[in-house]
Parts: sequence; structure tokens; C-alpha cells
Amino acid sequence: MRMLIDWLDSRTGCRQLCREALFENIPGGARWRYVWGSTLVFTLLIQFITGMALWMAYSPSAQTAWESVYFIQYEMAGGWFLRGLHHYTAQVMQVLLILHLMQILIDGAYKAPREINFWFGVLLLLLIMGLSLTGYLLPWDQKGFWATQVATNIAGITPVIGPDIQRLLIGGAGYGHHTLTRFFAIHAGVLPAMIVALVIGHIYLFRRHGITPKKPLKRPNGLFWPDQVLRDSVACLAVLAAIILLIFINGGAHLGAPADPSEPYSAARPEWYFLFLFQFLKYFPGGLELWGAIYIPTILLGIIFLMPFIGKWRRGHAFNIVLAWFLLAAVAVLTWLALAEDRANPTYIAAVKEAEENAERAKVLSRSDTGIPAEGAASLLRNDPFVQGPQLFAMNCASCHTYDGHNGRGILPEDEPSAADLHGFATREWIAGLLDPEQVDSLHYFGGSAFKDGEMSRFVKRRISRYSEEEHEKLAEVIMAVSAEAELPGQKEIDERDIEAIERGRQHLLRGDAIWCIDCHRYREKGELGDAPDLTGYGSHEWLAGIITNPEHERFYGETNDRMPAFGVDRTLSPREIDILANWLRGDWYEEE
Amino acid sequence: MCSPDPPPPRRNFLKQSLALFAGGVVTLVPAASGLFFFLGPLRRKETSNDAVHVTSLNALPNDGVPRKFNVTADRTDAWNKFKEARIGAIYLRRTGERDVHAFNVTCPHAGCFVDYQPERESYLCPCHNSLFTIEGEIASPDSPSPRGLDSLAVEIRNESEVWVEFQNFLPGQTAKIIRS
Repeated sequence: MRMLIDWLDSRTGCRQLCREALFENIPGGARWRYVWGSTLVFTLLIQFITGMALWMAYSPSAQTAWESVYFIQYEMAGGWFLRGLHHYTAQVMQVLLILHLMQILIDGAYKAPREINFWFGVLLLLLIMGLSLTGYLLPWDQKGFWATQVATNIAGITPVIGPDIQRLLIGGAGYGHHTLTRFFAIHAGVLPAMIVALVIGHIYLFRRHGITPKKPLKRPNGLFWPDQVLRDSVACLAVLAAIILLIFINGGAHLGAPADPSEPYSAARPEWYFLFLFQFLKYFPGGLELWGAIYIPTILLGIIFLMPFIGKWRRGHAFNIVLAWFLLAAVAVLTWLALAEDRANPTYIAAVKEAEENAERAKVLSRSDTGIPAEGAASLLRNDPFVQGPQLFAMNCASCHTYDGHNGRGILPEDEPSAADLHGFATREWIAGLLDPEQVDSLHYFGGSAFKDGEMSRFVKRRISRYSEEEHEKLAEVIMAVSAEAELPGQKEIDERDIEAIERGRQHLLRGDAIWCIDCHRYREKGELGDAPDLTGYGSHEWLAGIITNPEHERFYGETNDRMPAFGVDRTLSPREIDILANWLRGDWYEEE
Repeated sequence: MCSPDPPPPRRNFLKQSLALFAGGVVTLVPAASGLFFFLGPLRRKETSNDAVHVTSLNALPNDGVPRKFNVTADRTDAWNKFKEARIGAIYLRRTGERDVHAFNVTCPHAGCFVDYQPERESYLCPCHNSLFTIEGEIASPDSPSPRGLDSLAVEIRNESEVWVEFQNFLPGQTAKIIRS
């Protein structure tokens, strides 16, 4: 063994290297307060390893970024843990950076001859924050997308060079393919290379000048190995434990809904360690935002760079420490304020809730049998009736109609509705309610419209109210038959189960025995169009699409149409939007088993 | 490897062991996590083998001449599901009323597409000149292919539909091993 090492040593000089690396003399002995630098090297190592592993599965394009991260997180073995390590190590690093900086300042390790090393350290701090900023965009989810929009817009208001910097960052005039490719190259290539170079320089300079111990020395000198290494590795163990705890408490790293520039997102926030900047900007009204965003941070950074010179005098050193504590306190207060204001903001809370629901829905659709199409997962949400239906309803229908009493999105109307409540439209319960003398002219059905005292309303109130028990039985079967025309997915089972009753109901309608619907309505081969909506295919997809497109068609309300616009004829709604609304009203959306 | 001067006191052994252990653990956790993830492709997935509809008997004259057909099926590629994607190609050869043979076009040597040469009534691979008979057997001792063309199971459904159990096999092996 000794011969082998002798051979290696004569070729490489490894013994000397080993001695220099391991047996650095530590005046005053090894101390716990010196561990932070090593924990930073450790966390950087975690990021390199986990980053490269993730790189094996991540795809930086607008159609595949979210999709590949979703796949890593939910489909690949061990992916959630790997991504969790990468995400939470980044968070923990921000804290370690501050601890390391504070120790350096307090112990005066930034003063001559260590000025350049201090500057290397501050640069490393900025570069690592740059890694966090670029990394946040890479999953291409709504949160990262919109938060980075803000960040690049802020870069864009820098005087003189701002717009050019913004164009260089986002790869053009607006966000797109090249934004992601650029951010990824910066995140995985440019910044790591710069950081490696600076860390090598940082460690070299640190070893050159040695530890800055507290004078007078109270304990005997120590050696790096094993005394300091022991403390360093125990600290790294604690850091790793904290990271793993964070992974399990949070259920892994978060993934929002796929980024969609056309989909509003009111829950955009930067990561918690940038919240202080976010909060700070709120205090600068229009015209002064340059001060909050660029000038003041730059001046403060400048002072930090000058600290080695300020610290030459004892008062200067005291000033540096006071300033450092003050800035730390300010950052903490601003962060707390940002969180407190959000917690008290109902609009923000609602936006976060909706964002979570959309994120969950995107994942449900992604793991369905149809899976993610080639154009990416954003299209899944864009075409999903469950997500888009309420939005379209709220925007186009809720000025007259209601949905379960609200506008489709939970907001109650201010005025009385002037058209029927469409929740459960064409279900047996809904039709039974329409045919109930107590309900037909209520606001739930015709009460707010011109049909309040129309022929149907009168028929229900005068005739149906006098139905015998036998006629009511027939009516129940007719209701089942008309409802069955819709072929509602949610009613499939009971429609199949009651097929005989439905068949009887159909016969009642066709024969017109005691139940006289076909006097006004058309039903299959009986009755006429023009006086009342067609009962053939009532509530089916094509029927609903038809009435939304043109309620004045003779198949529906014809000339008696109250105020409902012809959305398809006027082109207010596209065929795709009408299709989505029809599906949503029928409860026809994907549901997981 | 190297030691300090003067030699250290005895309780150093405990410190050194603890330092090594702690250092080992903290390095191992992320390294193992990364390695486990990286080695994911080695874990075999269950490949379902459903037959795929390729063509109809009407497109296959009963003359024993091999013809190339594309095979389309639903395909899953990581996070994407593609409908009607091209997953490969086969030669179909009809030798009877309902007698159809299928070969994967992939040469078992190194994976190139094999051509059928009507004038020689045999298959020739353009990459390294492997020659196969019309029955798919190795035709010449100079052929570098370790085995003959890979045959696939054929079913005739509903009187005239030609369904094939499409599979890919590992090249460069004497045995026919399914690629999964």
C-alpha cells in the first residue's frame, strides 16, 4: 500500500496536496461558527448532483418544460425526492448565505488583506440568487412564468441599458421558446461555470490568508482535519436533515398549472426570499419605481462592496455591523409584511385557491388515459369544460342566468336573474321543477323573464296543478323520457335502469294521451316546430349548442325569444367556446375514478 | 495517505471516524438519489402486447410477394400520448387464402431497414449486406446477421382484417429477445 502511494506521490505530489488540504492550521482552534462556508460548498454540491440528474429528464421548451417536470415529479421513480432535494436545497442556501456573510462581517474577516475574497463572496451571493431566479422559471408553470415576467420587467426599467438587457434575457420582444432556452443555458451552464471559478478563487484566497480568529486566542490551535471537518460535517448533516424535513412537510416541490400567457394569474409572487423586494416596491408610486427597484438596491450593494474600506476604522467596523443587522431586520420586516398583507387579502387568497384547483386539474387531466397531447398540457386546461365552462358562463350568460344561484364562479348576482337557473339543466329534477306549479314562474325558471305569464307557465299552473294521480304517474314517466333525450353522462346509469319507464314516457308523448306536450312542442315525428322548443334531443350536446348559437331558430324559441342573444350567429362566442359551454352545462367533463 | 507533524493524540480516532461517517452520509444521500433516478431506464417496463390492425386481405395479393406496410398505433413517449403514431414497419407476405407471414423490417444485425429485392426473391440489408431468403432465413454464410429476420404473429380477424403483434427485438443477438 505504502509503495503504491509512494508511486502516486512521486508522479503527482499528492502527499503534499493532502497535507495542505487537511492540516490547515486553525489559530484559536476549530469552531462551530466557521461551518457556514463548508455548508455552502455542500449545498452547492447537492445542487450540482441533483441538477445534473434532473437534466437527464428535463426538456426546456414551451411545449415540454412543464410536461417533463410533471413527469419527473409524478411518474419517474424517485423523481419527487430528487426534485424536492433540488428545490429545498436552493431555499436553505439563501439562509446559509446570510449566516456565512454575517459571521464574516461580525468576525472582521472581510478586512485587509481579505478584501478581494470578500468581494468574491458578495459576487457569489449575487450569482446564487441568479440561479434561484432562473431556476424558478424552468418548470414553466403559472407562478414561475408570471413572477419572472415581473423580474424581467424590472430589469427592463434600468436606465439606458434596461430594454436591451430585457431583450437579451427573454430572447426577444416577448416571452416564448427562446426565453426558456436562454434561462436554462444561464441556469445550467453560464452561472454554474462562473460560480465554480469564483468558489475555487474564494477557497484559494481563504486558505492563503487563513481563518480570522478572535484575538486574544483562548484555546490552543487546531487542525482542519479532523476537528473542523467534524464540525462541518455535523453541520451539513443538520442542513441535510432540514432539507429532507422540508421535502416531507411540503409533500415535495410544488408544481402549478402550466404557464398560459392568455390565462390571468393573480397569485403571482416571487419565492419567499425575494418577497422583501416585492414588498419594497409597493412603497414607490409611479415615477419613483426606479428608486425602489434599481437605485436604492444598487447603492446598498455599493456600500456592501465598500465595507472592507469602511471597516478600516473601529467606528467603521461598528457601522458595517450595525448596517448589516439593520438590513437583515429590514428584510425580515418587509418579508413578514408581504406575507401578512397577502394573508389579509381575500382577492389574493381566492386567486391562490383557484390556482391550486387549476394545478390539480392539470395533473388529473395529464394522468388520464388521453394523456398529454403533442402541443402540451396548457391545451388540456384550455379545452377543459370543467375549468373553462364557469369562466365562459360568468362572462357571457350570468348577466341573465344563474348557476346554482351564483354566476358559475361562486359570486352572487346583484340583480334578480332574468332567465332560468341552469344548474342541472335537463336532469329529471330540473324538468320536474319546471313542471311544478309552485316553481314554474319562480325566479328559478321563468320568473324573471317574459315567459312568466306565458302559455307554458299557464299550462303548468292551471292544468298540471289539477292532474290526477294517474296523470302525475304518466307525467313522471314523461319527465324521465324527455330527460333521457339529453343522454347526460351523470344520468347514464339510471336512464339505463329505467329504460322501460322511459319507453312508456315516450309513448305518452307520442300518443298524446292525457299528456299534451305535443300540442305545442315537437317530439320526434309528432308535433310542430315554431311554438315551443323542440323536445327531440332536449338537453343533448347538439341541442344546447344549437340554442346557444341561435335561440331565435324555429327549433327553439323562434320569434318569441325574450332577450337571449344569438351567440353563434353574432360570433360573440366561437364554435369551440359554445362546445365547451354545452359540455359544461351537461356535466360532461373528465372525472377521475 | 498523509499525516500531520507531530502525530496527533489518540482521541483523534473517534473524531476522524465521526467526521468520515457524517461526511459519508451527507454525500451519499444526494448521490444515491441522483444515481437511482439516473438508472431509471434500467428498470424494465411491462410491455403490453396487443395486436395492431395493419391492413386488409384485399391489399395483399395471394402471390407470395412480400410488401412493406407501416404500423401505426397509439404511442406513449414519456409524458406524451400520441394517437395513430408510426411505430415501425413490417413485410407482409400472403401465401394462401388466409395464410399471411409478417417480418419486422429491422435487420437483426445492427438495426437498419432491410429491402426486399424482387429480382433475387430475397431480402438484402443495405448497411452490411446481410442476405435473407424469402422465408427470412440467413441466405449466405457471409451474412453478418446473427439470426434470420424476426417473424411476428399474424391474426386474421373479421374475415379480412390483418392484425399483427408488432414487436421490436434486440439486434446483435443469436436469440430473439424482445426489446422492452
